[in-house]
Amino acid sequence: MTITNYIIPTLLYTGVFFYAAGSLGLLRFRDAETRLHALTKADNVGLGFVALAAALHWGSVTAAVKIAAVWLFALMAAGVTAQLMARRAKTGAEQDTIE
Amino acid sequence: MTLAFDLILCLMIIGTAASALLMRNALAAIVFFIVFGNLLGLAWLAMDAVNVAMAEIAIGAGVTGVLLILARQRLMALGDDLVCDEMPGWLRAGALVACAGFAALVGAAVLSVAPSDDLGGPIAALMPSLGIENPVTGVLLAFRAYDTLLETFVLLGALVAVWSLAPGTAWPHPPATLALTEREGHGVAAAFGRLLLPLALVMAAYLVWTGSDLPGGAFQAGTVLAGGLIIAVIGGAVLWPRGDNRLLRVALVLGPAVFLTIGLAGIALGRFLFYPPGFEKALIVAIEYSLALSIGVTLALQLAGPPVTPDHKG
Repeated sequence: MTITNYIIPTLLYTGVFFYAAGSLGLLRFRDAETRLHALTKADNVGLGFVALAAALHWGSVTAAVKIAAVWLFALMAAGVTAQLMARRAKTGAEQDTIE
Repeated sequence: MTLAFDLILCLMIIGTAASALLMRNALAAIVFFIVFGNLLGLAWLAMDAVNVAMAEIAIGAGVTGVLLILARQRLMALGDDLVCDEMPGWLRAGALVACAGFAALVGAAVLSVAPSDDLGGPIAALMPSLGIENPVTGVLLAFRAYDTLLETFVLLGALVAVWSLAPGTAWPHPPATLALTEREGHGVAAAFGRLLLPLALVMAAYLVWTGSDLPGGAFQAGTVLAGGLIIAVIGGAVLWPRGDNRLLRVALVLGPAVFLTIGLAGIALGRFLFYPPGFEKALIVAIEYSLALSIGVTLALQLAGPPVTPDHKG
């Protein structure tokens, strides 16, 4: 159990690092496509690390499978949303941008 | 949960609530409202109220968020520019006083409940007789089943009210489609809708089943089903049914009807909503499955709005 005591925090911090990188990208990148790229890719890697940490923390196969399913659903939702938003941004049809 | 986590969560909840109220842009305000609902769900989770957390995130943030976005879209389609007029000072002050008074009243009411008024003990003692382990389901479907029965009829009544807003010529045509009209996004949304609807069905069935012993239940499952239906409609994988569709009507009424029938049958055995010993779990699960279907279809159709005449777009 002592090894997981080190592995879980390491995974969590790695996840948080990717989340921070993704958020930084969302704030600093110049257009919709690159922002979506940062948000959906980096954040989902971050979520993957956090999910891995959670699975190890609970330490049961059932919990791990459920957490993996949650991650997969998040990936699907993020992928679809990113595609839709990027396509919408490209056509320039959205007139009500957030001020 | 640590104090630091609780404090940060509280600050984020208040911050997102304030942003939702103060945003001039309606869409931004709705986005903050959805984030607020999710954070509130986290707060319930931190207090170990998992059932409430699921309901808050699914209904409070999810369904209500979609409802607000659709309402904004429809208002814009009607030519409303969604800008608030400057309010007179007395109205602002009055609203502030009224809201502060209400908040103080709610706070006093919550604080007046003594920790010794805990209902967990008596309910835990009664749970073994039901054959299920989730006390929330026990309260909703057995100890306070009357309230839940009325709630399901309120939900049905709300849909009847939405439908009655339609002009006479629109009935019984289906509601306006939500399908994406732009060619660019259509394929992605269609594929997602086709993938998600069966998954939502499985997830809803699982949530009802697991709701007997663990957090979950008919309302959460119904919301998941409604979400799957909405996504499928947006993708064009499913079309809204006509109002006179027989299967649709069965789906809408099934939950309340099964609940009421079992409740009335209880009169023969003693009193209204009495479950015969040994059949509690079977009856509760039967009610919950039929309720989940009805809640899911009702919520989805409430979001869809009233029927429209076929030539009408949007």
